[in-house]
Amino acid sequence: MILLEVKDLRTYFDTDDGLVKAVDGISFQLQRGETLGIVGESGSGKSVTNLSIIRLIPEPPGKIVSGEVIFTGQDILLLPPDAVRKIRGRRIAMIFQDPMTSLNPFMKISKQLMEMTQLHLGHTKAQAYEHAVHMLETVGIPDARARADSYPHEFSGGMRQRVMIAMALSCEPELLIADEPTTALDVTIQAQILELIKKLKQKTGTSVILITHDLGIVAGMTDHVIVMYAGKIFEQARTKELFALPGNPYTKGLLRSVPDPTAQQGQLYQIPGLPPDVAHLKPGCPFADRCERAEEICRREFPPFVELTPDHHSLCHFANEVYAESTQAKRG
Amino acid sequence: MEPEKISPEMAVAEADVRPEEAGEFVHGTSLWRDAWRRLLKNKLAVFGLVVVVLITIASVTGPTLIKSIFGFTPDYIPTQDTQLVRSFPPFTGPNGQFSWAHPMGTDNAGRDQLARVLQGGQISLFVGIIATLVSLVIGISYGAIAGYVGGRVDNVMMRVVDVLYSLPYVIVVIVLLSMFRSQTARGQLILLFIALGSVSWLTMARIVRGQVLSLKNQEFVLAARATGVSGPRIVFRHLVPNTLGPVIVYATLTIPQIMLTEAFLSFLGLGVQAPLASWGSLAADGVQNIAIFPWQLIFPGVTMALTLFSLNFLGDGLRDALDPQMRTT
Repeated sequence: MILLEVKDLRTYFDTDDGLVKAVDGISFQLQRGETLGIVGESGSGKSVTNLSIIRLIPEPPGKIVSGEVIFTGQDILLLPPDAVRKIRGRRIAMIFQDPMTSLNPFMKISKQLMEMTQLHLGHTKAQAYEHAVHMLETVGIPDARARADSYPHEFSGGMRQRVMIAMALSCEPELLIADEPTTALDVTIQAQILELIKKLKQKTGTSVILITHDLGIVAGMTDHVIVMYAGKIFEQARTKELFALPGNPYTKGLLRSVPDPTAQQGQLYQIPGLPPDVAHLKPGCPFADRCERAEEICRREFPPFVELTPDHHSLCHFANEVYAESTQAKRG
Repeated sequence: MEPEKISPEMAVAEADVRPEEAGEFVHGTSLWRDAWRRLLKNKLAVFGLVVVVLITIASVTGPTLIKSIFGFTPDYIPTQDTQLVRSFPPFTGPNGQFSWAHPMGTDNAGRDQLARVLQGGQISLFVGIIATLVSLVIGISYGAIAGYVGGRVDNVMMRVVDVLYSLPYVIVVIVLLSMFRSQTARGQLILLFIALGSVSWLTMARIVRGQVLSLKNQEFVLAARATGVSGPRIVFRHLVPNTLGPVIVYATLTIPQIMLTEAFLSFLGLGVQAPLASWGSLAADGVQNIAIFPWQLIFPGVTMALTLFSLNFLGDGLRDALDPQMRTT
């Protein structure tokens, strides 16, 4: 069953530097209970896509120019602001990148958790408090009752991210958007947090959109992956397929730049160059200047979105060739 | 991650919070307790705090106490004696003998100076506090809304403040007070509140707006919006409490400033009218007889100066204690 369907979403920012097409024609579907990973470099439009879904783009300068975001049959982009506010937190919740700044430093943890259920579920103070303590226990905060009345600065980074997850899940949302939930945490805490999200997802059946630039996390957590570059979807596939048989030179480059601790390689591969300035895109493929196999057509014409299998699409003039190479490399 | 200053308390909290060791929970110090501790280390601020508290208590209870001990009110004018000169030096009775009845002497009409200074303190402090409260309510709401909404609304709202700012406010207050001159002393006092309150919120609005502008782009505001919290609630429950540090400091410094303005207006005869007294109007009375009855000026003047000094010391101390640089977020 389809929970969320995004169709041709375009979010532009009107800056002094010109029109920045941060998200330019994104479409994808998310099934109930599934996890979708969105990967890409900084500035590729991952976060803007998700802020657009719950309409939190700062306007101005941002503007959702076109598209549909159909969430359980309703187009969120057409709803009045009050109705959107009732969806936020209640049915679609978000976890942010930096737990250090995502909690209000002047409010007790319990108060911040209580606000959610008082607002959306109409809890009384006492009910909300009990629920807050219960949520803190669920996300594995020891001695939750004693700690509920602490202030955020008394918690460590990992603890605060647990609180954020408790907050996000306290109304049992249908969709959880996690925007780089572990980027600001150290590796051991990262694993704990991801394990927690996974566990709670299984328990509640929540769908998850996981934004990250860590391919390892994508491999371990997601069912589908979208690779974004310069506001566009470059490749879209089932996670296993994408890792085994990448159909896009950009994805291949990303996969090659993941460090392999067992390999004896001297130097880590990196994709040459920098992501393009999305305010001044050239007519051709935005990746052409950095692509190993770019040809003349790549600089001249915008690439087609090629269907490799019904479940696997790639934005490249040579998608079929790249896919074939991957298949061959796997056999050989 | 922002660099955090690791105080011993924090280090304990950090270590203790690790999930694997669910040991006994050591409560970290809260922001306000930290600030309070820092304030107590500042000798001048403590001195200021003590003086302000003492003068406030004396002003509030003093006139009643004097009435119950000696039997006269601040506006009691002795009528039985027919002496020409009714103003006695401190600790002097009607016949030149030592007396506890008037520790600060009496004024031209023979009213007890101590009782009048204390009653004047009541009014001066009251004016300062009420006008500051008005400035808090208007200034915080106005500044927070302008800062949070932003864009064109912010522009218009802040230009209004700029225009009001550029008017010489003393003249505005003088015009206001003399135009609507009230017949009763009480009416004049209310007019004074309105006049002082209406100009005192401008700086507060600017301070709060500046704070809100820098706070509203922080992630916790986005997080609050992402959980469906409404705009007004974000402004008044999430943003305003975060601006409290600078607001408290500025409010503490506004009180003496307004008291000084009140004294200035009363000195000119525009503020508090007899039989009510304020430190300004007492000083105005005293200055006429400075050569003969210096105590009439010295006592209200010194009391006022002491209070203003103390409030300023306290405000400075609070600013140091609540310094955002020292704050652990």
